[in-house]
This record gives sequence, structure tokens and C-alpha cells, in this order.
Amino acid sequence: MAAAAAARRLPAASLRQHRPLLLRPFASSSGDQQPITVETSVPFTGHKIEPPSRSVETTPSELLTFFRDMSLMRRMEIAADSLYKSKLIRGFCHLYDGQEAVAVGLEASITKKDAIITAYRDHCIYLARGGNLVEAFAELMGRRAGCSKGKGGSMHFYKKESGFFGGHGIVGAQVPLGCGLAFAQKYIKEGTVTFALYGDGAANQGQLFEALNISALWDLPAILICENNHYGMGTAEWRAAKSPAYYKRGDYVPGLKVDGMDVLAVKQACKFAKEYALKNGPLILEMDTYRYHGHSMSDPGSTYRTRDEISGVRQERDPIERVRKLILSNDIASANELKNIEKEVRKEVDDAIAQAKESPMPDPSDLFTNVYVKGFGVEAFGADRKEVKAVLP
Amino acid sequence: MAMALRTIGRRTSFLRRGFSSLSEATKAPTDGKLINLFSAINQALHIALDTDPRSYVFGEDVRFGGVFRCTTGLADKFGRNRVFNTPLCEQGIVGFAIGLAAMGNRAIAEIQFADYIYPAFDQIVNEAAKFRYRSGNEFNCGGLTVRTPYGAVGHGGHYHSQSPESFFCHVPGLKVVIPRSPFQAKGLLLSCIRDPNPVVFFEPKWLYRLAVEEVPQDDYMLPLSEAEVIRQGTDITLVGWGAQLSVLEQACEEAAKEGISCELIDLRTLIPWDKETVEASVRKTGKLLVSHEAPLTGGFGAEISASIAERCFLRLEAPVARICGLDTPFPLVYEQFYMPTKNKILDAIKATVKY
Repeated sequence: MAAAAAARRLPAASLRQHRPLLLRPFASSSGDQQPITVETSVPFTGHKIEPPSRSVETTPSELLTFFRDMSLMRRMEIAADSLYKSKLIRGFCHLYDGQEAVAVGLEASITKKDAIITAYRDHCIYLARGGNLVEAFAELMGRRAGCSKGKGGSMHFYKKESGFFGGHGIVGAQVPLGCGLAFAQKYIKEGTVTFALYGDGAANQGQLFEALNISALWDLPAILICENNHYGMGTAEWRAAKSPAYYKRGDYVPGLKVDGMDVLAVKQACKFAKEYALKNGPLILEMDTYRYHGHSMSDPGSTYRTRDEISGVRQERDPIERVRKLILSNDIASANELKNIEKEVRKEVDDAIAQAKESPMPDPSDLFTNVYVKGFGVEAFGADRKEVKAVLP
Repeated sequence: MAMALRTIGRRTSFLRRGFSSLSEATKAPTDGKLINLFSAINQALHIALDTDPRSYVFGEDVRFGGVFRCTTGLADKFGRNRVFNTPLCEQGIVGFAIGLAAMGNRAIAEIQFADYIYPAFDQIVNEAAKFRYRSGNEFNCGGLTVRTPYGAVGHGGHYHSQSPESFFCHVPGLKVVIPRSPFQAKGLLLSCIRDPNPVVFFEPKWLYRLAVEEVPQDDYMLPLSEAEVIRQGTDITLVGWGAQLSVLEQACEEAAKEGISCELIDLRTLIPWDKETVEASVRKTGKLLVSHEAPLTGGFGAEISASIAERCFLRLEAPVARICGLDTPFPLVYEQFYMPTKNKILDAIKATVKY
């Protein structure tokens, strides 16, 4: 994991060439690790819990990593948008641009042994968990090289070795699953937790409260993250929920409200949550975030909200811009260097798409694989169901 | 080969012609306008709300017109108290609808996609279906109608293409109704809403825009539990429902070119289903083929097959053929292989006739 993170970071040498004169000697690489303290955009609000401090410690290299990762995610989603419009991606495609800070901040506070489970807006979380860009695009286009072998599609990305449990189409169904994962983790005793992500629409599902009750009863290390982008498809949160204060909905389960567009706030909250959950049981985090695209590619996203609202959020709260300002104001890199990172990221995405396009469609026999464990003798028929019959391995 | 199969599997815009062989009994009377399926359903809902002041339409996103435009204009005309959105909770929607119906109202609940109906399965099966029975007729939720789009749409994948009708056919106390065209949909939906039993009404989403037919503007109802013979024939009986009928009709046309005369029956109501019509037809032809999109094992075709085998055993000249979806989850990219296509049906027709 460290190697992958290092690979994505800019090499330290090129950075130092452009950095203006600092009091520290250039030669040492400790400049990248020099801690910087940043205040989150807004203080945390707690429900039945003392919220963590607003001051977050970070380092220049971490901020650059955040910038690069979020730019990569943003680029990937925009590329997916154009691929969908050119009919290379079919079916349903739910884009995450605007919400990148949640994926990146969450990942920065945990290890790959912690588990994450989410709903169908999963492309960026897959990427954050160490997912491969080529596999992501291949899966979106339904190709063999995809992370789910082309059988899952946009809504079903998984990565077992990094503890990413997907990728679920039915709204809210992943939350009880997540609490079950936490249950198993409690037995395994490795100090790991599960983050179960869901949206403001799913927050009204009954199974969520069932899962919360069980988790609280048995002190499971489960953290429920409500990614509140304020619209459940086309329904505004105040039209769907009597209490849109989702962090309070746990009632007896404490909660924290976090600015989901501030990656450092997300990181701080998730770190805090992990420590809390390992000792005390479940916690709810409400990430106040926003998605620029509509619910899915079939939704223009402008019939239930104004374009002014969308551009307003983009101007004032965009997660990537926020990190860019931090980097520039702390003289970590110049505006040009950041532009170069964005160019690199763009190229990386284009290359990945080109590579993914070369992958073929899955073999038709794959239609029958993995319905059950191999060896259960699924029968396949020819067109007339009588003449041709074969038992698949 | 994959490309060829893909082309074969693609549905044509056959339905734009309307069903040319519509039997005279249910031919649209007069003053029909050419409209599509979602408009027909919309009209039915308008009429239902108009004629009964104690009827309500609700579900996810219905107020602005619904994701398939079936509920356009209802909120404006009848107000927020009768046409309203619910939060994202299927179990809650149906449970709530049952309660509303138990107080004597007509509750028309929409489940946005049939694939999402499973959280409400307990409410439908355990509460709605058995209410009248277990209260000794003291209470009932007959005013309940659950409307939901079902079926493949070309790119729906696992959770926007399912056909769960057979799960509900296993529940005494419920009615399951599936229309094949706009004219049928309007009449059947009005019958369902006014039927004093809880009904699950599956709408073939593929046909929402694709099927266009002349539909009269007035209030009319079509009978439930009556199958319709939409094409007369002598060699083999084909039974289907919903969007699958258009595929069956295409297969009939192709078979006719080879000299096989097919009788096509639209079941319309799946439970309680019209055994007599199907039996009469099988007694005439001696062969039966059932086709549906849902997976083969345990699909409703199995029930039809077993019942007809019981009733017409000595008359049957070939085993009952079932051309259905494969026994896999509804696939993402393999939809053309999964679906019971015209060619699969045609091959089975020929194999059955030549048995």
C-alpha cells in the first residue's frame, strides 16, 4: 500500500526545484513530512459525543497525495460520463464527482484491513481502496478485464484484498451487511473496523435501524457513514425525512456531523470514529457533501435543483479547489506544478481507457459461471431446449 | 457469432402496428387515440382518482410524474393529499398502503422497479394476502393495488430487469395481473383498482414508450381472470403475458411461413388464472408452449405446464415446452443470451410440432 501511494505521489526531486526559498535546507526530504496544522472549514457537531478538535495535522506530501487522488477520481468520473454518452458504458452509471473528499479522507485514516462497504456510487471508493484504473473502466464497459470480470458493471465493484466489499444495487441493503462484517471483525480481534456507507435516501430504510440496534446491542466496531448529498435521486432530503439531521438518527448511537467537502475534516472524523468504535461500538458519521452530476447518467440533475445551486457549491466548497488553495497558500507547490499533476492524471485516465477498450467482452459461457460454486452441474440448453444440452463445469 | 445472436435477440418495433389479430370481443370500441403504455396507465389513474374520491396514488417520486411518467398530472389535478411521494422504504410503502386499504380506501402504491419489491414481500404475502382470511372476513385490504414496472429493458442489468411475478403467484389471496398493450393496460388497471382483492399489477417497462395503440378516452374495464386468445391456430398453443407476447407473436408469424398454425393466448391474470381457456385451446391443438422472461425453474410456466398435464394428459401429443429465462441471475452483458428470444421459441415450436 505504501508503494502504491508513493508511486502516485510526485517524485520529491522535481518538487524541490520549483519551491521558493525556505528556511529549511533543501537537501532534506523531511520537508515533505513537515507537519502542517489546518483548521477544518466548520467545527464538528456531535450527538451524544464530544466531537474531535477542528485542528487537523497533515503534511505537504499528504496534501499533494490528496490533490492527485481527488483529481484522478474527478477525471475518471468525467471520462465515464463521456463514455456513457458514446454508449461504451451501458446500463446504469452513478457518478461520484463532488464527493471525492469522502473517499479520499476515509482512506487516509484507515488501513486496508478495515472494511468498507457502500452502495452503487462506488467507482471512487474502489479507486481509493487501491483499485486499478484499467480494471475500473473495463468493468464499466463490461469487459473481461474488469474487476468483476465484466459481470457486475458500474454498481458492483469489489476488491477483496483491500477490504472493499462493494458495490450494491439495492438501496440500504449494504448496511446490515456492513454490521455483519463488523461482527466478524470483532471475533478476529485485529483492531479493525467496518465503514458502511449509505446515502440520505437510504437513511429512511428500516433495515438500517435494525442493523444499528444490533450493532449497538453487541458493541460492534461498525461506523455508519451517511453520505448526505441532500438529494435521494430527485427528492430533497427535507421532503423525505422528518429529521434530516442524519447524524442524530441513531438516537442511542452517537453521531458526528462532518463537512464532507473538506478532506481533512473527513480524515479527522474517520480517525476519531475508528478509535471510538473499537472501544465503544457503533457511531454514525454524517458527511455533508454534494454531487455535481444527477443521480445517474439518466438524470440531468437540474430538474430538482437549480444550476445556480450546483455552480455555487462548485465555487465555494469544491474539495479539490480547497486542497489546491491549501497547497498554494502553504507554498507546497506552484500553480503550474498542480496543473501538471492534472495533466498527468488526464493522460493516465486516457491511457487506462484505451487499454480497457482493448479487452474483449466476457466469453458467453461466463453467463453460467459462479451461479453456484463450481462443479454443481448447471445445465445449458440450445435454442430448442431439447436437442442440445450441456452440463457446464 | 455473438454479434449475430445480438441482432437476432433485438426486439423490433413490431408493436407500433398494434396487435392486428386482436379478437373482436375486446376490440377498442370508438373514439380511440393513439397513445403509448405509460399514457394509458396515466389515463387509468386519472379516471380511478376521478371516480373514487377515496383513492390515493403514492410511491417514490410519483408527484413529478414518476420515473416512467405514469403519474404525470395527477398531483396537479388531485392535490398533494391524494397523490404524494413517500420516502425510500418499500416495506413502509406497502405496509402503509395496506393500512389505508383496511380503512376502506383505494390505495394505489407504486414500487419504482419490481426488483425493489422484496423488502415489501413480507407485507404483501403475510399481511395483504391473508388479511381477509385470518380476520374471518371482518377486515380486508381489497382496495390495495401495487403497481410496479417489471421486465427486461435491454440494458437494465441485475436490478432493473427482473420478473418476480412467480413469487407472488404462489400466494393465495393475491391477484397478479400483467397487461400486454396500452388498451389492455388501461382496462385491466381500472379493474384491478376496483377489484375487492389485493392485486399486484406488473407493467412491462420495455413497452412504456414502445407500445402504441388506439385507446378509448372513456372509463372501461377489462375482466380479470380471463385469458384472451389473440391469435387463432390449430397446430400448437402458445401462452405468455406482458412484453413476451410481442416476441411470441413474431415467432408465430415465422412459424406460419413454415406452415405451422399457432394459437396465441395472453393469460392477462396470472392468479387466479383462466385454466379453462388454455385447456380448451390445448384440446384443440394437442401441444403447448409457455414462454416468460423469468428464470425457468419455478417460473409460472411450471404451474401452467403441470395443470395442463393434469387436465389434458391424454390429449397432449408432445411434452409441454417452456422457453424462459435461464437459471442465472439476470445478467449484465449477456442479456441477449439470457432472454427467451424469437428464435429459441421458433425452434421449440418446430421441435414440439414434430415430436
